[in-house]
Amino acid sequence: MAETKLMKGNEAMAEAAILAGCDAYFGYPITPQSEVLEYLAREMPKHGRVVMQAESEVASINMVYGAAGAGFRAMTSSSSPGISLMQEGISYLAGAELPCLIVNVNRAGPGLGTIQPGQGDYFQSTKGGGHGDYRLIVLAPSSVQEMADFVYLGFDLADKYRNPVLMLSDGAIGQMMEKVTFHPYTVPEKNKPWATVGKPETRERNYITSLFIQPERMEVHNQKLEAKFKQIRENEVRFEEINTDDAEYIFVAYGLSARICQKAMDLAREKGIKVGLFRPITLFPYPYQRLNELADKTKFMLSVELNSGQMVEDVRLGVNGKIPVEFFGRLGGMLPTPEDIVHQLETLMQHHGNR
Amino acid sequence: METVELTSSDVMPAVAPACKQEEFEMVYHRPATMVDVSMHYCPGCAHSLVHKLIMEVVDEMGIQDKTVGVAPVGCSVFAYDYMNIDMQEAAHGRACAVATGIKRLMPDKYVFTYQGDGDLAAIGIAETLHAINRGENILIVFMNNAVYGMTSGQMAPTTLPGMKTTTSPDGRDVSFYGAPIKVSELMSALPGSFYVTRQAVNHANGVRKTKKALENAFKYQQLHKGTCLVEIIGNCPSNWKMTPVEAAAFVDDEMVKTFPLGDIKVPKAEDLKP
Repeated sequence: MAETKLMKGNEAMAEAAILAGCDAYFGYPITPQSEVLEYLAREMPKHGRVVMQAESEVASINMVYGAAGAGFRAMTSSSSPGISLMQEGISYLAGAELPCLIVNVNRAGPGLGTIQPGQGDYFQSTKGGGHGDYRLIVLAPSSVQEMADFVYLGFDLADKYRNPVLMLSDGAIGQMMEKVTFHPYTVPEKNKPWATVGKPETRERNYITSLFIQPERMEVHNQKLEAKFKQIRENEVRFEEINTDDAEYIFVAYGLSARICQKAMDLAREKGIKVGLFRPITLFPYPYQRLNELADKTKFMLSVELNSGQMVEDVRLGVNGKIPVEFFGRLGGMLPTPEDIVHQLETLMQHHGNR
Repeated sequence: METVELTSSDVMPAVAPACKQEEFEMVYHRPATMVDVSMHYCPGCAHSLVHKLIMEVVDEMGIQDKTVGVAPVGCSVFAYDYMNIDMQEAAHGRACAVATGIKRLMPDKYVFTYQGDGDLAAIGIAETLHAINRGENILIVFMNNAVYGMTSGQMAPTTLPGMKTTTSPDGRDVSFYGAPIKVSELMSALPGSFYVTRQAVNHANGVRKTKKALENAFKYQQLHKGTCLVEIIGNCPSNWKMTPVEAAAFVDDEMVKTFPLGDIKVPKAEDLKP
């Protein structure tokens, strides 16, 4: 029977990692997600798993590379500055097609920034992040429950596509406590014939690399990755819609912003404003097509983000000029209230209505 | 670097086909775990020789199916093209972190990194030092030729005082860049290091000692008692702007002044008990 607990997002994610058969966690302390390493340092050894505090995020991600290359379920987590440090390793993981789970509990930036929640890492997360042509599968939880659920999903998708998966959370979802139910999950049998575990006589040697020094071979590898990303775009788009059926206006928001927008939507509906909420769950692949369909029956969309306007570019790509796409955001770890968002919506309604 | 697609047509085969067992005694052959291709290394370079020594040890110990190697960024980035074992190619300097990830998940495998001086002693010194400080049960093969090879001869952390490189055209000025890092001495101070030795392969005698050191280091992994670091002074004729013969002499005449050869840390008899 599934167990329900009251837990912090970060700890729920850590517990889910154990249940998801995560063989190894490598991490480095950084606010607001140090609980993950603390929780796993305590719990992983009880399950015979590997947990290690590395000397840096650079080391963490490369330990993940080694463990993933040996065919194990490996993960790391960090927050924005630490994730920046990992970008080199993430690019190598993507290039070498190694499955793993990386969690970014996003704080506000740039630079050292602040420890409060932010969504300023949207571009970094969804457009590559490190050097070269690659994408991560990006999952955006908006509840403690999803921080747990997306660990299972993340590992499964990573293994399915041999690609790193990034869970893009934030300092609020990671820190807040909510009910969480750990659904039964069966860890899939390991089937990684490419893993470097020692070469038996019965097969050719395996090697993990992202190096293809001949441009002809590099291009073939790039094309192979692109074909994979195309498949991911076709099969893995996930989103949630609330009240979009009769909506004249749509909030587009992910993660924490989506939660605030949900309340804003309720307030606006009480005032008789027909507004819905569209919440992308996968930020890559992005639900462009569904946004395009929704644009046919919507007056305008409002992208609400905790940054200076990043996802709004993808909303516009999806809508492709059919209707106006507006942006509203707070920065620096500050959050908009639901009332702020409703006020912005009403202002925009007036503006667009008067045209 | 021209190509990685290498063919065996112009290399001596592992077993000379003209030799019939009854007529000749086989005294030397390619290690079975070496891939039968010609290497991209320059004439007189130490890498090919050290690759072979490692593979000889793997052969003799019969551990091909239990060994995972980690290649660096540098001239030996293609080590996995030559070593017929499972390998991972690490980002520049990160080999010891990658090896940590492998070894911690598979403690009974033999895991080694193969790294140059730029990779290990410059960009990767943090990963190296911390891996050794944790006493990771891995072997670090450290190829020290005092220059960046793959990028054609820039100054390394191990470049000798006064040694000319493309980025120290007037010779390494220690008042500006500091003195060369003596990696083995530095790492031997860490309790996590179990066996630290510095060898050279410019003479047959050194080759034999180097092989013995590698053999010791592989065997010590079975003890799970700490990190083995085998530093090997490599000859780099191309970037030293020397003939292979001159480069071999340079090791004796100059390199060993800064990097004296021999064991730096050896396990005591009681440490060798399982």
